[in-house]
Amino acid sequence: MDATLTGNQAASAMAVARKPTGRLSDPIFVGVLWASGIFVLILLGLIIAMLFEGGLPALREFGIQFLWSTTWNPVTEKFGAGVMVFGTIFSAVIAVIIALPLSFGIAFFLTEIAPGPLRRPIGVAIQLLAAIPSIIYGMWGFFVIVPLMAAYVQPPLIDLLGPLPVIGALFQGPPLGAGMLTAGLIMAIMILPFITAMFVEVLESVPPMIKESAYGVGATTYEVYRNVSVPYGRTAMVGAVMLGLGRALGETMAVTFVIGNATRMSASLFAPGSTIASTIANEFPEAGPGSLKLQSLLELGFILFVISFIVLALSRLLVRSKLKG
Amino acid sequence: MSSLARRRATDYTVKVISVAFAAFALLLLAWILWTLVVRGLPAIGPHVFTRITLPPGAGGGLLNAIVGSLIQIGIALVIGTPIGLMCGTFLAEHGKTTPVGNAVRFVNDVLLSAPSILIGLFVYQLLVMPFGGFSGWAGAAALAVIIIPVVVRTTEDMLNLVPIGLREAAFALGAPQWKVVTLITWRAARAGIVTGILLAIARAAGETAPLLFTSLGNNGWSLDMNAPMASLPIAIYQYAASPFEDWVALAWAGALLITVGVLTLNILSRLVLAKMK
Repeated sequence: MDATLTGNQAASAMAVARKPTGRLSDPIFVGVLWASGIFVLILLGLIIAMLFEGGLPALREFGIQFLWSTTWNPVTEKFGAGVMVFGTIFSAVIAVIIALPLSFGIAFFLTEIAPGPLRRPIGVAIQLLAAIPSIIYGMWGFFVIVPLMAAYVQPPLIDLLGPLPVIGALFQGPPLGAGMLTAGLIMAIMILPFITAMFVEVLESVPPMIKESAYGVGATTYEVYRNVSVPYGRTAMVGAVMLGLGRALGETMAVTFVIGNATRMSASLFAPGSTIASTIANEFPEAGPGSLKLQSLLELGFILFVISFIVLALSRLLVRSKLKG
Repeated sequence: MSSLARRRATDYTVKVISVAFAAFALLLLAWILWTLVVRGLPAIGPHVFTRITLPPGAGGGLLNAIVGSLIQIGIALVIGTPIGLMCGTFLAEHGKTTPVGNAVRFVNDVLLSAPSILIGLFVYQLLVMPFGGFSGWAGAAALAVIIIPVVVRTTEDMLNLVPIGLREAAFALGAPQWKVVTLITWRAARAGIVTGILLAIARAAGETAPLLFTSLGNNGWSLDMNAPMASLPIAIYQYAASPFEDWVALAWAGALLITVGVLTLNILSRLVLAKMK
């Protein structure tokens, strides 16, 4: 065959080269990509709008006091969010207080102590705690932990700490097993893997140079962890804790099983209580469409959304700022 | 005691404590799994998979709940995966540093950790109230909202692992963007994207709260997507809190099934991820 192209062939080859194959398909494809991105934005907007609109009648009926009123009486149709808001924050804070030292210890173990080949398997096993569905924690808590708490943990604590002034208030009431402390305990196990994983990620991003400098002047492993690694990642670690808090605030099924579901306010760790999420799950079946109770539950949902949105947004800002910078 | 000895002692103590904490966490995992096996395994028999939920004492199983869960998760995947995939691709290819991209990434992170019960309330307001009743569709929609952020997150992460050079090479050959993405980047990140979908399935399979007010649960046999539909988590929730021994046993059987399924999916996806990195 000819080594040179005929004029015709060259022209058609050039036409192929010049013709942009994506002239029509590209804008469509890019449009779909953008649309999916915007869709996620709209989704969040819709969630906020739907919860706000659904709860608005309750807010109109009870006024702004709905936010802190501690009445929750389906018979007289008087509703207020006070008990649930308190329970939500109280139980979530208990969870964080229990999970935090554990996470610090486990992160130290995973980054500094564990022998190389063991790190991944142990890390993964701890992460599996996060994969177990919430309802399984609820059942396990209800059938295993609640009886243990009632028999072995709460009675001695009540006898020992109950009579003390001030902090005694935390240890009052009968040892029912179910209650704030049990809910916080179960949630602590659930959020532990999230906090630990982010701690490990942050700690691994600490430049080896500054750790080695500390070792070089004779610091022990713990001193390097405490005085170099943790301060270096502090911002992101606070973010990690906030993420755990955010998760605990909205936890539903596990809490519903173990918190006792009482709509009374009590400062005691052992008193049954309720969170926003557990109240919604529990009382929804008895709330007819269009009823004031349903509207109050939707308003509770809106309040929960606002609280967790603020906590999660803050967490993300803290985590991203550090990991990026 | 000298200061050095004291510092060494502190170091040693903290090390012992953190080893103990890690052992404690592993012990908790083992304890939960052990409870599930001890209580769930004896309750598992052929009847669990061949019979539907029946009144207490009638020897019912979980067939309708298992099938209902599979259907709702299946439809949620059909709805959620394409949106999640496209949105993740948008973030990786178009939204790296743009304001819209950052906003979408932020909102997606919030959705990822948002209380799942609120997703149930949202779908109740959106699909159950206006269309006059609980339905399988509503349940599937709620699960889709759970699935989307998981898929978005993993898709973006996985696409970011694909070397820029690969894209540039394809663009240099004159390939249009849709071809670069579908034939080059997606293909290169395929294993990772599939992992994200597996994780999303695992997440959706265990979710109870979003189904409470959407598909509600159904004790009869029903494949009608317009009617309330049974699901495994809801059946467990109902049965676990019941006073009947055989129902509680079935709840444990269901709990064991879900946990084994979810953990298997998680371990599988972690193995795939480990291979990729």
